[in-house]
Amino acid sequence: MDVFNAIIQTLDSTIRLSVPLLLACLAGLYSERAGIFDIGLEGKMLVGAFAGAAAASVFHSAFLGLGMAILISVAFAMIHGFASITHRGNQIVSGVAINFIAAGSTIILGQAWFQQGGRTPALQPGERFEAITLPGAEAIRGVPIIGPIYAELLSGHSILVYLAFLMVPFTWWVLFRTRFGLRLRAVGENPAAVDTAGISVAWLRYRALICTGILTGIAGAYLSMVQNGGFVKDMTAGKGYIALAALIFAKWKPVNAMFACLLFGFLDAASIRLQGSPLPIIGRVPAQFMQALPYILTVILLAGFIGKAIPPRAGGVPYVKER
Amino acid sequence: MSAPYAKLPAWADYGLIPLINLFVAFVVAGFVVLLVGENPLRAAVILVEGAFGKGTGIAFTLFYATTFIFTGLSVAVAAHCGLFNIGTEGQAYIAGLGIAIVCLSFDSTLPWWLTFPLAIIAAATVGALWALIPAYLQAKRGSHIVITTIMFNFIAASTMVYLLVGPLKPAASQAPQTRNFLAGAELPKLNWIIELFGAKIRSAPLNVTFLLALVMAFLVWLLIWRTKLGYEMRTYGHSPKAARYAGISETRIIITAMMISGGLAGMMALNPVMGDQHNVAIDFVSGAGFVGIAVALMGRLHPVGIVLAAILFGMLYQGGAELAFEMPAISRDMIVIIQGLVILFAGALEHMFRPYIQALFASFSPRSVGMEAVKGKGA
Repeated sequence: MDVFNAIIQTLDSTIRLSVPLLLACLAGLYSERAGIFDIGLEGKMLVGAFAGAAAASVFHSAFLGLGMAILISVAFAMIHGFASITHRGNQIVSGVAINFIAAGSTIILGQAWFQQGGRTPALQPGERFEAITLPGAEAIRGVPIIGPIYAELLSGHSILVYLAFLMVPFTWWVLFRTRFGLRLRAVGENPAAVDTAGISVAWLRYRALICTGILTGIAGAYLSMVQNGGFVKDMTAGKGYIALAALIFAKWKPVNAMFACLLFGFLDAASIRLQGSPLPIIGRVPAQFMQALPYILTVILLAGFIGKAIPPRAGGVPYVKER
Repeated sequence: MSAPYAKLPAWADYGLIPLINLFVAFVVAGFVVLLVGENPLRAAVILVEGAFGKGTGIAFTLFYATTFIFTGLSVAVAAHCGLFNIGTEGQAYIAGLGIAIVCLSFDSTLPWWLTFPLAIIAAATVGALWALIPAYLQAKRGSHIVITTIMFNFIAASTMVYLLVGPLKPAASQAPQTRNFLAGAELPKLNWIIELFGAKIRSAPLNVTFLLALVMAFLVWLLIWRTKLGYEMRTYGHSPKAARYAGISETRIIITAMMISGGLAGMMALNPVMGDQHNVAIDFVSGAGFVGIAVALMGRLHPVGIVLAAILFGMLYQGGAELAFEMPAISRDMIVIIQGLVILFAGALEHMFRPYIQALFASFSPRSVGMEAVKGKGA
């Protein structure tokens, strides 16, 4: 039973660790499908995390915190839009700029407002999202195999975890079953055709970026209000880039994105769990290797050894009307 | 809209517009200072005084500038070829490995003027090799260079952490860094140059790498504007189709440009490692690679502009340290914001003010923006 419990615990932390990746990855999915490269996912998550924790601790409300996280994150997405859609600036450059502004301003403002070395005050109960016990979880706990799976693995997460996984079918539905989604994908493949149909390319792309902002805001709020009881400087620690890697790994598809994020989350969980203890056959794996594995896998994928990742065709290219 | 942005006189294009963008970036940064509850004008005065007020300040400013000249040139060389090398950070970090191997092997036997050239070669080679795989993947497999170089930054960081907490760390030590180099791997300081002008310097790490940086800036200018290779790179950067049509090998030009870029990035590591810390420590690059993006954009990808922009950022780093001392509410992270704002306004939003400036120029002298004078209105 020990092995079974260890597996359940590892999978449980896999879910917890993959949620921010999943939300950020879906966020990137909206913007990249609309033809806007977004390497500013990292920065938007960071400002979301900061705004969420700050607002939650000032207003004593988790939901106000979440709202503020989304608001600020969307505002940053709009800066990206203003630069890369309205002014046709380089999308990569704009994303890099957003990451820096986010990294610097969260520390400076956090220090100025709370004087705790860039941290926000530790969140009290009621200011953060609590774990939800699914109905019947306690009753079924004693049942072998199914019990622990339901009670430990599926139950006992915060509402944002369930929201993140619900966003997967929802995103699929929006992108592949609604008119907005069809247009969004079209604007990422061939914006001129969308323009010819009399639909505003700029407004569509702005709406895609609003979706991105909302999701990165939730991802940030999850980091600072669920995973951690407050904001710590640079707490995203490259998750935005892993999400970007997952997006490529998933070939810009929502369901694949979930599996890619779960895989990367699992690698993270496994590296924490193993931490120096040797594996059978392979022997000791350095923790640094496990941390680098998502990036190595993505490079191998990009090299074309595991299928081929083809990005949306108009990605990264500002749209110029009437050439 | 076929030519969205009209031509401006060169001095406006290369002087006025960057200055306006920089000014706006600083105004926005000033608002952040206000938000923190400090006086932005006083902050600016402290910053400039801290950077240029004393001899030590100037030496520190130039020390930081040295680092940024390398990373700025690295980003610029790739950018001339239409490639966004966001991996300067990782290339510089992993180059620390090459320098460590050279310095740890030769510092007890060779004098610095023999170790230094070897270290330059090692740093440039390792940096270039780290850029080779992303370059190859871009050229042969079409994988986006931005994504692969980001991934390589993380892989470089993990590799260096692994090496610095393991094989490269002296057994007796706890700190994740190599042993300190001996005199044979310590570069001579250049502080006497500033002292020639009468300023006193207590201790500052400005060293001969600064001269190397200036030489590299000149060589990059030579490469980009005075050689066939540079011409091919610029052609490819402007129009890959035209380059292909002209018979320029896509693979060769991408890989060459990226390896030069990686080599320049690698040389950056010489400055902090051999000139200042005398060891290779975890995270010794500390974001200088990303500053290179801001420096290259600010300098309009021209070596002269890059040197000036690097000095500007050196000033921000040095003055920022003084500022953090005088105004505790403003830590050095303020520079990160300014850096971000500079990238935003000088990079992504570089065309924001152009239409207004163009209109302004047109109203004074239509010919300067390439328009015919309106008939019947003189001129």
